Amino acid sequence: MAVMLDVKNINVYYGAIHAVKDISFHVDEGEIVTLIGANGAGKTTTLQTVSGLLHSRTGSIEFLGQPIQSVPAAKLVGQGLAQVPEGRRVFQHMTVEENLEMGGFTQPNSTIAPNLERVYDQFPRLKERRRQVAGTLSGGEQQMLAMGRALMSNPKLLMLDEPSMGLAPILVEQIFEIIQRLHQKGTTILLVEQNAQMALSVADRGYVLETGRVTLTGPGKELLADEAVKKAYLGG
Amino acid sequence: MEFLSYLINGISLGSIYAIIALGYTMVYGIAKMLNFAHGDVIMVGGYVVFYATNFARSSLLGDNPSALASGLSTLVCVILAMVVCGVLGVIIEALAYKPLRRAGSLAVLITAIGVSYFLQNAAQLLFGANPKNFTPVVSGQLTLFGGQLRISFVALLTIVACVVIMVALTLFTGRSKMGKAMRACSEDQGAAQLMGINVNSTISMTFAIGSALAAIAGVLMCSYSPVLQPTTGSMPGIKAFTAAVFGGIGSIPGAFLGGILLGIIEAIAQAYISTQLSNAILFAVLIVVLLVKPSGLLGKYVPEKV
Repeated sequence: MAVMLDVKNINVYYGAIHAVKDISFHVDEGEIVTLIGANGAGKTTTLQTVSGLLHSRTGSIEFLGQPIQSVPAAKLVGQGLAQVPEGRRVFQHMTVEENLEMGGFTQPNSTIAPNLERVYDQFPRLKERRRQVAGTLSGGEQQMLAMGRALMSNPKLLMLDEPSMGLAPILVEQIFEIIQRLHQKGTTILLVEQNAQMALSVADRGYVLETGRVTLTGPGKELLADEAVKKAYLGG
Repeated sequence: MEFLSYLINGISLGSIYAIIALGYTMVYGIAKMLNFAHGDVIMVGGYVVFYATNFARSSLLGDNPSALASGLSTLVCVILAMVVCGVLGVIIEALAYKPLRRAGSLAVLITAIGVSYFLQNAAQLLFGANPKNFTPVVSGQLTLFGGQLRISFVALLTIVACVVIMVALTLFTGRSKMGKAMRACSEDQGAAQLMGINVNSTISMTFAIGSALAAIAGVLMCSYSPVLQPTTGSMPGIKAFTAAVFGGIGSIPGAFLGGILLGIIEAIAQAYISTQLSNAILFAVLIVVLLVKPSGLLGKYVPEKV
Protein backbone atom coordinates (compact mmCIF):
# COMPACT_ATOMS: atom_id res chain seq x y z
CA MET A 1 0.00 0.00 0.00
CA ALA A 2 1.19 3.49 -0.82
CA VAL A 3 2.58 5.70 1.89
CA MET A 4 0.30 8.71 2.32
CA LEU A 5 2.08 10.62 5.06
CA ASP A 6 5.76 10.15 5.80
CA VAL A 7 7.23 12.02 8.75
CA LYS A 8 10.97 11.67 9.30
CA ASN A 9 13.03 12.90 12.25
CA ILE A 10 11.14 16.04 13.14
CA ASN A 11 12.24 18.24 16.06
CA VAL A 12 9.94 20.96 17.32
CA TYR A 13 10.69 23.56 19.96
CA TYR A 14 8.60 26.04 21.92
CA GLY A 15 11.29 28.59 22.65
CA ALA A 16 13.85 26.62 24.63
CA ILE A 17 11.54 23.68 25.28
CA HIS A 18 12.24 20.69 23.08
CA ALA A 19 8.69 19.33 22.68
CA VAL A 20 9.12 16.81 19.87
CA LYS A 21 12.38 14.87 19.73
CA ASP A 22 13.32 13.20 16.50
CA ILE A 23 9.91 11.68 15.86
CA SER A 24 9.33 9.56 12.74
CA PHE A 25 6.16 7.80 11.69
CA HIS A 26 4.16 7.06 8.59
CA VAL A 27 0.55 6.54 7.58
CA ASP A 28 -0.32 4.26 4.65
CA GLU A 29 -3.29 4.81 2.42
CA GLY A 30 -6.46 3.34 3.97
CA GLU A 31 -5.02 2.94 7.47
CA ILE A 32 -6.07 4.21 10.85
CA VAL A 33 -2.90 5.13 12.69
CA THR A 34 -2.90 6.40 16.23
CA LEU A 35 -0.41 8.36 18.31
CA ILE A 36 -1.04 7.73 21.99
CA GLY A 37 0.62 9.06 25.09
CA ALA A 38 0.11 11.04 28.22
CA ASN A 39 -0.45 14.76 28.47
CA GLY A 40 2.64 16.61 27.29
CA ALA A 41 4.04 13.70 25.30
CA GLY A 42 4.13 15.82 22.13
CA LYS A 43 1.12 14.38 20.30
CA THR A 44 -0.64 17.64 19.50
CA THR A 45 2.65 19.34 18.67
CA THR A 46 3.39 16.58 16.18
CA LEU A 47 -0.02 16.94 14.57
CA GLN A 48 0.22 20.71 14.34
CA THR A 49 3.62 20.38 12.74
CA VAL A 50 2.17 18.11 10.06
CA SER A 51 -0.70 20.52 9.42
CA GLY A 52 1.69 23.47 9.13
CA LEU A 53 0.70 25.44 12.23
CA LEU A 54 4.09 24.68 13.80
CA HIS A 55 7.44 24.05 12.13
CA SER A 56 10.15 21.46 12.56
CA ARG A 57 13.79 22.48 12.64
CA THR A 58 14.92 19.23 11.06
CA GLY A 59 13.79 16.23 9.10
CA SER A 60 11.12 15.98 6.45
CA ILE A 61 7.37 15.64 6.10
CA GLU A 62 5.96 14.23 2.87
CA PHE A 63 2.30 14.05 1.99
CA LEU A 64 1.40 12.04 -1.14
CA GLY A 65 5.07 12.12 -2.11
CA GLN A 66 5.36 15.91 -1.90
CA PRO A 67 7.41 17.71 0.77
CA ILE A 68 5.06 19.91 2.79
CA GLN A 69 7.17 21.46 5.58
CA SER A 70 7.22 24.87 3.96
CA VAL A 71 3.63 24.83 2.68
CA PRO A 72 1.44 27.20 4.74
CA ALA A 73 -1.32 25.53 6.75
CA ALA A 74 -4.07 27.19 4.71
CA LYS A 75 -2.72 25.66 1.46
CA LEU A 76 -2.51 22.08 2.78
CA VAL A 77 -6.27 21.84 3.19
CA GLY A 78 -6.72 22.18 -0.56
CA GLN A 79 -4.25 19.33 -1.06
CA GLY A 80 -6.38 16.92 0.96
CA LEU A 81 -5.04 17.21 4.49
CA ALA A 82 -7.67 18.14 7.08
CA GLN A 83 -7.28 18.48 10.82
CA VAL A 84 -9.91 18.37 13.54
CA PRO A 85 -8.15 20.43 16.22
CA GLU A 86 -7.91 19.65 19.89
CA GLY A 87 -10.83 21.15 21.80
CA ARG A 88 -12.88 21.11 18.53
CA ARG A 89 -12.54 24.88 18.00
CA VAL A 90 -15.79 25.26 16.10
CA PHE A 91 -16.71 28.87 15.29
CA GLN A 92 -18.92 29.53 18.30
CA HIS A 93 -20.81 32.53 16.94
CA MET A 94 -21.51 31.04 13.52
CA THR A 95 -24.31 28.64 12.70
CA VAL A 96 -23.76 24.93 12.17
CA GLU A 97 -24.19 25.33 8.44
CA GLU A 98 -21.83 28.31 8.27
CA ASN A 99 -19.22 26.27 10.14
CA LEU A 100 -19.58 23.51 7.56
CA GLU A 101 -19.35 26.02 4.70
CA MET A 102 -16.08 27.26 6.18
CA GLY A 103 -14.84 23.67 6.14
CA GLY A 104 -15.43 23.69 2.39
CA PHE A 105 -13.67 27.03 1.93
CA THR A 106 -11.06 25.64 -0.44
CA GLN A 107 -13.60 23.69 -2.51
CA PRO A 108 -15.31 25.05 -5.62
CA ASN A 109 -18.69 26.59 -4.80
CA SER A 110 -20.57 23.97 -6.81
CA THR A 111 -19.40 21.18 -4.49
CA ILE A 112 -20.60 22.83 -1.28
CA ALA A 113 -24.22 21.67 -1.58
CA PRO A 114 -23.48 17.98 -2.30
CA ASN A 115 -20.80 17.95 0.42
CA LEU A 116 -23.27 19.42 2.89
CA GLU A 117 -25.73 16.66 2.05
CA ARG A 118 -23.04 14.04 2.54
CA VAL A 119 -22.07 15.43 5.94
CA TYR A 120 -25.72 15.70 6.99
CA ASP A 121 -26.19 12.04 6.03
CA GLN A 122 -23.31 11.10 8.30
CA PHE A 123 -24.47 13.36 11.12
CA PRO A 124 -28.27 13.72 11.06
CA ARG A 125 -28.07 15.64 14.32
CA LEU A 126 -26.21 18.44 12.58
CA LYS A 127 -28.94 18.69 9.98
CA GLU A 128 -31.54 19.19 12.72
CA ARG A 129 -29.43 22.00 14.14
CA ARG A 130 -28.19 23.56 10.93
CA ARG A 131 -29.49 27.06 11.78
CA GLN A 132 -28.35 26.93 15.39
CA VAL A 133 -25.30 28.86 16.57
CA ALA A 134 -22.46 26.39 17.20
CA GLY A 135 -21.69 27.75 20.67
CA THR A 136 -25.05 26.42 21.88
CA LEU A 137 -24.35 22.81 20.87
CA SER A 138 -23.40 20.15 23.39
CA GLY A 139 -19.81 18.94 23.55
CA GLY A 140 -20.58 15.79 21.56
CA GLU A 141 -22.44 17.75 18.90
CA GLN A 142 -19.57 20.20 18.65
CA GLN A 143 -17.20 17.27 18.09
CA MET A 144 -19.46 16.00 15.32
CA LEU A 145 -19.51 19.48 13.84
CA ALA A 146 -15.73 19.74 13.97
CA MET A 147 -15.47 16.38 12.19
CA GLY A 148 -18.15 17.27 9.65
CA ARG A 149 -16.42 20.58 9.03
CA ALA A 150 -13.15 18.82 8.29
CA LEU A 151 -14.92 16.38 5.93
CA MET A 152 -16.27 19.30 3.89
CA SER A 153 -12.84 19.66 2.28
CA ASN A 154 -12.97 16.08 0.90
CA PRO A 155 -9.80 15.14 2.77
CA LYS A 156 -7.62 12.25 1.76
CA LEU A 157 -6.11 12.20 5.23
CA LEU A 158 -8.18 13.19 8.25
CA MET A 159 -6.20 14.06 11.37
CA LEU A 160 -8.15 13.98 14.64
CA ASP A 161 -6.73 15.52 17.79
CA GLU A 162 -8.24 14.07 20.97
CA PRO A 163 -11.77 13.64 19.65
CA SER A 164 -12.86 11.98 22.90
CA MET A 165 -11.64 14.76 25.17
CA GLY A 166 -14.23 15.90 27.68
CA LEU A 167 -17.00 13.66 26.36
CA ALA A 168 -19.18 11.24 28.31
CA PRO A 169 -18.29 7.55 27.74
CA ILE A 170 -21.38 6.91 25.61
CA LEU A 171 -20.46 9.83 23.34
CA VAL A 172 -16.88 8.59 23.14
CA GLU A 173 -18.24 5.29 21.82
CA GLN A 174 -20.35 7.16 19.27
CA ILE A 175 -17.42 9.24 18.08
CA PHE A 176 -15.30 6.13 17.62
CA GLU A 177 -18.09 4.41 15.70
CA ILE A 178 -18.14 7.44 13.40
CA ILE A 179 -14.36 7.26 12.99
CA GLN A 180 -14.61 3.61 11.98
CA ARG A 181 -17.44 4.36 9.58
CA LEU A 182 -15.44 7.15 7.92
CA HIS A 183 -12.54 4.75 7.64
CA GLN A 184 -14.71 2.10 6.01
CA LYS A 185 -15.81 4.68 3.47
CA GLY A 186 -12.21 5.14 2.44
CA THR A 187 -10.80 8.01 4.51
CA THR A 188 -7.32 7.50 5.88
CA ILE A 189 -7.12 8.55 9.51
CA LEU A 190 -4.40 9.77 11.84
CA LEU A 191 -5.76 9.75 15.38
CA VAL A 192 -4.16 11.37 18.39
CA GLU A 193 -5.61 10.17 21.69
CA GLN A 194 -5.10 10.00 25.42
CA ASN A 195 -7.80 7.37 25.53
CA ALA A 196 -5.36 4.62 24.54
CA GLN A 197 -7.86 1.79 25.02
CA MET A 198 -10.33 3.14 22.47
CA ALA A 199 -7.71 4.39 20.06
CA LEU A 200 -5.73 1.14 19.93
CA SER A 201 -8.85 -0.97 19.54
CA VAL A 202 -9.76 0.76 16.26
CA ALA A 203 -6.26 1.45 14.94
CA ASP A 204 -4.30 -0.61 12.42
CA ARG A 205 -1.08 0.63 13.92
CA GLY A 206 -0.09 2.74 16.88
CA TYR A 207 2.85 4.77 18.11
CA VAL A 208 3.42 5.37 21.81
CA LEU A 209 4.88 8.78 22.62
CA GLU A 210 6.64 9.66 25.84
CA THR A 211 8.10 13.09 26.61
CA GLY A 212 8.51 13.90 22.94
CA ARG A 213 9.87 10.55 21.71
CA VAL A 214 8.39 7.47 20.07
CA THR A 215 9.05 4.69 22.57
CA LEU A 216 7.04 1.87 21.06
CA THR A 217 5.28 1.05 17.83
CA GLY A 218 3.29 -1.82 16.43
CA PRO A 219 -0.15 -3.03 15.31
CA GLY A 220 -2.99 -1.69 17.46
CA LYS A 221 -3.98 -5.10 18.81
CA GLU A 222 -0.41 -5.92 19.79
CA LEU A 223 0.06 -2.65 21.66
CA LEU A 224 -3.23 -3.25 23.39
CA ALA A 225 -1.81 -6.49 24.74
CA ASP A 226 1.65 -5.11 25.50
CA GLU A 227 2.49 -5.26 29.21
CA ALA A 228 4.31 -1.91 29.30
CA VAL A 229 1.46 -0.14 27.48
CA LYS A 230 -1.09 -1.79 29.75
CA LYS A 231 0.77 -0.61 32.78
CA ALA A 232 1.28 2.95 31.62
CA TYR A 233 -1.93 3.75 29.77
CA LEU A 234 -4.58 1.12 30.27
CA GLY A 235 -4.74 1.11 34.03
CA GLY A 236 -2.88 -2.14 34.69
CA MET B 1 -40.02 70.78 16.46
CA GLU B 2 -36.78 72.15 17.84
CA PHE B 3 -36.11 68.85 19.55
CA LEU B 4 -36.76 66.99 16.31
CA SER B 5 -34.22 69.08 14.48
CA TYR B 6 -31.61 68.44 17.20
CA LEU B 7 -32.44 64.76 17.04
CA ILE B 8 -31.97 64.57 13.27
CA ASN B 9 -28.78 66.55 13.63
CA GLY B 10 -27.63 64.04 16.24
CA ILE B 11 -28.52 61.04 14.11
CA SER B 12 -26.62 62.47 11.19
CA LEU B 13 -23.56 63.25 13.32
CA GLY B 14 -23.91 59.79 14.82
CA SER B 15 -24.02 58.26 11.34
CA ILE B 16 -20.55 59.66 10.69
CA TYR B 17 -19.31 58.22 14.00
CA ALA B 18 -20.94 54.92 13.11
CA ILE B 19 -19.21 54.72 9.72
CA ILE B 20 -15.83 55.42 11.37
CA ALA B 21 -16.59 53.07 14.25
CA LEU B 22 -17.21 50.23 11.78
CA GLY B 23 -13.57 50.51 10.72
CA TYR B 24 -12.35 50.33 14.32
CA THR B 25 -14.60 47.46 15.22
CA MET B 26 -13.89 45.33 12.14
CA VAL B 27 -10.14 45.70 12.52
CA TYR B 28 -10.39 45.02 16.24
CA GLY B 29 -12.57 41.98 15.61
CA ILE B 30 -10.12 40.37 13.26
CA ALA B 31 -6.66 41.63 14.22
CA LYS B 32 -7.43 42.20 17.93
CA MET B 33 -5.76 45.58 17.77
CA LEU B 34 -6.86 49.19 18.10
CA ASN B 35 -5.89 50.99 14.95
CA PHE B 36 -5.53 54.51 16.31
CA ALA B 37 -4.40 55.70 12.90
CA HIS B 38 -7.90 55.03 11.60
CA GLY B 39 -9.05 58.59 12.39
CA ASP B 40 -6.24 60.03 10.30
CA VAL B 41 -7.22 57.95 7.30
CA ILE B 42 -10.44 60.02 7.38
CA MET B 43 -8.35 63.15 7.01
CA VAL B 44 -6.46 61.64 4.06
CA GLY B 45 -9.80 60.84 2.43
CA GLY B 46 -10.85 64.46 2.94
CA TYR B 47 -7.70 65.78 1.25
CA VAL B 48 -8.02 63.40 -1.70
CA VAL B 49 -11.57 64.59 -2.34
CA PHE B 50 -10.56 68.21 -1.80
CA TYR B 51 -7.76 68.11 -4.37
CA ALA B 52 -9.59 65.86 -6.80
CA THR B 53 -12.74 68.03 -6.89
CA ASN B 54 -10.63 71.19 -7.25
CA PHE B 55 -8.77 69.60 -10.12
CA ALA B 56 -12.03 68.50 -11.73
CA ARG B 57 -13.56 71.96 -11.33
CA SER B 58 -10.60 73.86 -12.66
CA SER B 59 -9.49 71.62 -15.51
CA LEU B 60 -12.15 69.11 -16.48
CA LEU B 61 -15.54 70.68 -16.02
CA GLY B 62 -16.33 73.88 -17.91
CA ASP B 63 -17.43 77.16 -16.41
CA ASN B 64 -21.03 76.16 -16.08
CA PRO B 65 -21.14 72.40 -15.56
CA SER B 66 -24.54 70.74 -15.52
CA ALA B 67 -25.77 69.34 -12.22
CA LEU B 68 -25.31 65.85 -13.60
CA ALA B 69 -21.70 66.45 -14.66
CA SER B 70 -20.67 67.98 -11.35
CA GLY B 71 -22.54 65.29 -9.43
CA LEU B 72 -20.80 62.56 -11.40
CA SER B 73 -17.40 64.16 -10.95
CA THR B 74 -17.97 64.34 -7.18
CA LEU B 75 -18.93 60.68 -7.15
CA VAL B 76 -15.77 59.78 -9.06
CA CYS B 77 -13.72 61.83 -6.59
CA VAL B 78 -15.28 60.00 -3.64
CA ILE B 79 -14.60 56.62 -5.24
CA LEU B 80 -11.03 57.72 -5.88
CA ALA B 81 -10.69 58.66 -2.20
CA MET B 82 -12.06 55.25 -1.18
CA VAL B 83 -9.50 53.51 -3.37
CA VAL B 84 -6.62 55.67 -2.13
CA CYS B 85 -7.61 55.16 1.51
CA GLY B 86 -8.22 51.43 0.99
CA VAL B 87 -4.73 51.03 -0.45
CA LEU B 88 -3.31 53.23 2.32
CA GLY B 89 -4.96 51.00 4.92
CA VAL B 90 -3.45 47.87 3.38
CA ILE B 91 0.00 49.52 3.22
CA ILE B 92 -0.22 50.67 6.85
CA GLU B 93 -1.13 47.15 7.91
CA ALA B 94 1.63 45.54 5.86
CA LEU B 95 4.40 47.93 6.92
CA ALA B 96 3.48 48.81 10.50
CA TYR B 97 1.30 46.08 11.99
CA LYS B 98 2.08 42.84 10.16
CA PRO B 99 5.67 42.64 11.50
CA LEU B 100 4.15 42.89 15.00
CA ARG B 101 1.66 40.06 14.54
CA ARG B 102 3.28 38.06 17.34
CA ALA B 103 4.34 41.03 19.46
CA GLY B 104 2.65 42.21 22.64
CA SER B 105 -0.44 44.37 22.36
CA LEU B 106 1.35 47.33 23.91
CA ALA B 107 3.89 47.40 21.06
CA VAL B 108 1.07 47.34 18.51
CA LEU B 109 -0.81 50.11 20.33
CA ILE B 110 2.23 52.39 20.45
CA THR B 111 2.91 51.68 16.77
CA ALA B 112 -0.66 52.64 15.91
CA ILE B 113 -0.30 55.94 17.75
CA GLY B 114 2.99 56.46 15.91
CA VAL B 115 1.30 55.83 12.55
CA SER B 116 -1.35 58.35 13.54
CA TYR B 117 1.26 61.06 14.22
CA PHE B 118 3.11 60.11 11.07
CA LEU B 119 0.00 60.60 8.93
CA GLN B 120 -0.81 63.94 10.56
CA ASN B 121 2.70 65.26 10.08
CA ALA B 122 3.02 63.89 6.56
CA ALA B 123 -0.23 65.69 5.73
CA GLN B 124 1.10 68.89 7.23
CA LEU B 125 4.26 68.56 5.15
CA LEU B 126 2.38 67.79 1.95
CA PHE B 127 -0.70 69.96 2.24
CA GLY B 128 0.38 72.65 4.72
CA ALA B 129 -0.94 73.43 8.19
CA ASN B 130 -3.45 76.02 7.03
CA PRO B 131 -7.04 74.82 7.08
CA LYS B 132 -8.59 74.26 3.66
CA ASN B 133 -12.08 75.36 2.94
CA PHE B 134 -13.87 72.18 1.90
CA THR B 135 -16.84 72.56 -0.44
CA PRO B 136 -19.67 70.33 0.74
CA VAL B 137 -20.47 67.55 -1.73
CA VAL B 138 -24.14 68.53 -1.63
CA SER B 139 -25.70 71.82 -0.64
CA GLY B 140 -29.16 73.09 0.14
CA GLN B 141 -31.73 71.88 2.61
CA LEU B 142 -35.12 70.35 2.93
CA THR B 143 -37.77 72.59 4.45
CA LEU B 144 -40.71 70.94 6.19
CA PHE B 145 -43.72 72.10 8.20
CA GLY B 146 -43.81 75.54 6.63
CA GLY B 147 -40.19 76.34 7.42
CA GLN B 148 -40.29 75.13 11.02
CA LEU B 149 -38.02 72.17 10.35
CA ARG B 150 -34.97 72.45 8.12
CA ILE B 151 -32.82 69.45 7.35
CA SER B 152 -29.68 69.93 5.31
CA PHE B 153 -29.14 67.58 2.37
CA VAL B 154 -25.73 66.76 3.84
CA ALA B 155 -27.45 65.42 6.97
CA LEU B 156 -29.86 63.38 4.87
CA LEU B 157 -27.08 62.05 2.65
CA THR B 158 -25.06 61.09 5.73
CA ILE B 159 -27.92 59.11 7.25
CA VAL B 160 -28.69 57.39 3.95
CA ALA B 161 -25.01 56.56 3.40
CA CYS B 162 -24.75 55.08 6.88
CA VAL B 163 -27.82 52.89 6.42
CA VAL B 164 -26.64 51.69 3.00
CA ILE B 165 -23.19 50.86 4.38
CA MET B 166 -24.70 49.05 7.33
CA VAL B 167 -26.98 46.93 5.15
CA ALA B 168 -24.18 46.21 2.68
CA LEU B 169 -21.77 45.13 5.44
CA THR B 170 -24.41 42.97 7.10
CA LEU B 171 -25.07 41.21 3.81
CA PHE B 172 -21.36 40.88 3.12
CA THR B 173 -20.49 39.32 6.49
CA GLY B 174 -23.65 37.23 6.64
CA ARG B 175 -23.94 35.90 3.11
CA SER B 176 -20.69 36.08 1.16
CA LYS B 177 -17.94 33.50 1.43
CA MET B 178 -15.25 36.10 2.12
CA GLY B 179 -17.43 37.82 4.72
CA LYS B 180 -17.99 34.56 6.54
CA ALA B 181 -14.27 33.83 6.34
CA MET B 182 -13.72 37.21 7.98
CA ARG B 183 -15.99 36.24 10.86
CA ALA B 184 -14.24 32.88 11.15
CA CYS B 185 -10.84 34.60 11.36
CA SER B 186 -12.10 36.99 14.00
CA GLU B 187 -13.21 34.06 16.15
CA ASP B 188 -10.25 31.73 15.81
CA GLN B 189 -7.38 32.39 13.44
CA GLY B 190 -5.80 28.99 13.96
CA ALA B 191 -9.00 27.12 13.18
CA ALA B 192 -9.61 29.42 10.20
CA GLN B 193 -6.21 28.45 8.81
CA LEU B 194 -7.12 24.79 9.18
CA MET B 195 -10.15 25.53 6.97
CA GLY B 196 -7.80 26.82 4.27
CA ILE B 197 -8.55 30.49 4.91
CA ASN B 198 -5.57 32.76 4.30
CA VAL B 199 -5.53 34.84 7.48
CA ASN B 200 -3.08 37.45 6.19
CA SER B 201 -5.11 38.33 3.13
CA THR B 202 -8.30 38.37 5.19
CA ILE B 203 -6.73 40.91 7.55
CA SER B 204 -5.59 43.01 4.56
CA MET B 205 -9.11 42.91 3.16
CA THR B 206 -10.52 44.09 6.48
CA PHE B 207 -8.13 47.03 6.57
CA ALA B 208 -9.04 47.89 2.98
CA ILE B 209 -12.79 47.88 3.72
CA GLY B 210 -12.43 49.84 6.97
CA SER B 211 -10.21 52.46 5.36
CA ALA B 212 -12.46 52.85 2.32
CA LEU B 213 -15.32 53.50 4.75
CA ALA B 214 -13.14 56.06 6.52
CA ALA B 215 -12.83 57.90 3.20
CA ILE B 216 -16.62 58.12 2.95
CA ALA B 217 -16.77 59.33 6.55
CA GLY B 218 -14.11 61.92 5.73
CA VAL B 219 -16.10 63.35 2.84
CA LEU B 220 -19.30 63.48 4.87
CA MET B 221 -17.61 65.00 7.87
CA CYS B 222 -15.88 67.70 5.85
CA SER B 223 -19.19 68.49 4.19
CA TYR B 224 -20.70 68.79 7.63
CA SER B 225 -18.07 71.08 9.10
CA PRO B 226 -16.12 72.29 6.08
CA VAL B 227 -12.70 72.88 7.61
CA LEU B 228 -9.99 70.49 6.53
CA GLN B 229 -6.62 70.38 8.28
CA PRO B 230 -4.11 67.66 9.20
CA THR B 231 -5.70 67.11 12.63
CA THR B 232 -9.23 66.94 11.24
CA GLY B 233 -9.54 63.20 11.79
CA SER B 234 -8.22 62.90 15.31
CA MET B 235 -11.18 64.02 17.45
CA PRO B 236 -13.87 62.24 15.38
CA GLY B 237 -11.54 59.23 15.37
CA ILE B 238 -11.44 59.17 19.17
CA LYS B 239 -15.19 59.68 19.44
CA ALA B 240 -15.86 56.93 16.93
CA PHE B 241 -13.55 54.67 18.90
CA THR B 242 -15.64 55.52 21.94
CA ALA B 243 -18.75 54.67 19.92
CA ALA B 244 -17.27 51.29 18.99
CA VAL B 245 -16.48 50.50 22.63
CA PHE B 246 -19.88 51.85 23.71
CA GLY B 247 -21.69 49.52 21.29
CA GLY B 248 -19.41 46.57 22.05
CA ILE B 249 -16.11 46.47 20.18
CA GLY B 250 -15.92 43.71 17.60
CA SER B 251 -19.65 43.89 16.88
CA ILE B 252 -20.82 45.51 13.64
CA PRO B 253 -24.38 46.32 14.79
CA GLY B 254 -22.78 47.54 18.03
CA ALA B 255 -20.69 50.09 16.14
CA PHE B 256 -23.80 51.27 14.32
CA LEU B 257 -25.84 51.60 17.51
CA GLY B 258 -22.98 53.12 19.49
CA GLY B 259 -22.28 55.69 16.80
CA ILE B 260 -25.88 56.82 16.44
CA LEU B 261 -26.43 57.01 20.22
CA LEU B 262 -23.22 58.94 20.70
CA GLY B 263 -24.24 61.44 18.02
CA ILE B 264 -27.66 61.92 19.60
CA ILE B 265 -26.21 62.35 23.09
CA GLU B 266 -23.70 64.88 21.79
CA ALA B 267 -26.29 66.91 19.87
CA ILE B 268 -28.82 66.93 22.69
CA ALA B 269 -26.18 67.77 25.29
CA GLN B 270 -24.95 70.63 23.15
CA ALA B 271 -28.45 71.94 22.64
CA TYR B 272 -29.87 71.68 26.13
CA ILE B 273 -26.98 71.46 28.55
CA SER B 274 -23.75 73.03 27.45
CA THR B 275 -21.68 73.16 24.30
CA GLN B 276 -18.46 73.14 26.30
CA LEU B 277 -19.49 70.20 28.43
CA SER B 278 -20.89 68.05 25.61
CA ASN B 279 -17.72 65.97 25.26
CA ALA B 280 -17.46 65.51 29.01
CA ILE B 281 -21.08 64.31 29.12
CA LEU B 282 -20.40 61.97 26.22
CA PHE B 283 -17.47 60.29 27.93
CA ALA B 284 -19.30 60.21 31.26
CA VAL B 285 -22.08 58.20 29.60
CA LEU B 286 -19.46 55.85 28.18
CA ILE B 287 -17.97 55.30 31.63
CA VAL B 288 -21.37 54.53 33.12
CA VAL B 289 -22.23 52.06 30.34
CA LEU B 290 -18.90 50.29 30.71
CA LEU B 291 -19.34 50.06 34.48
CA VAL B 292 -22.71 48.40 34.04
CA LYS B 293 -21.90 46.32 30.98
CA PRO B 294 -18.13 46.03 30.42
CA SER B 295 -18.52 44.35 27.02
CA GLY B 296 -20.52 47.32 25.66
CA LEU B 297 -24.17 47.44 24.63
CA LEU B 298 -24.06 44.62 22.08
CA GLY B 299 -20.74 43.10 23.06
CA LYS B 300 -20.79 39.37 22.68
CA TYR B 301 -20.00 36.96 25.40
CA VAL B 302 -20.68 33.27 24.93
CA PRO B 303 -19.21 30.97 27.54
CA GLU B 304 -16.88 28.48 25.92
CA LYS B 305 -17.71 24.81 26.11
CA VAL B 306 -14.80 22.47 26.62
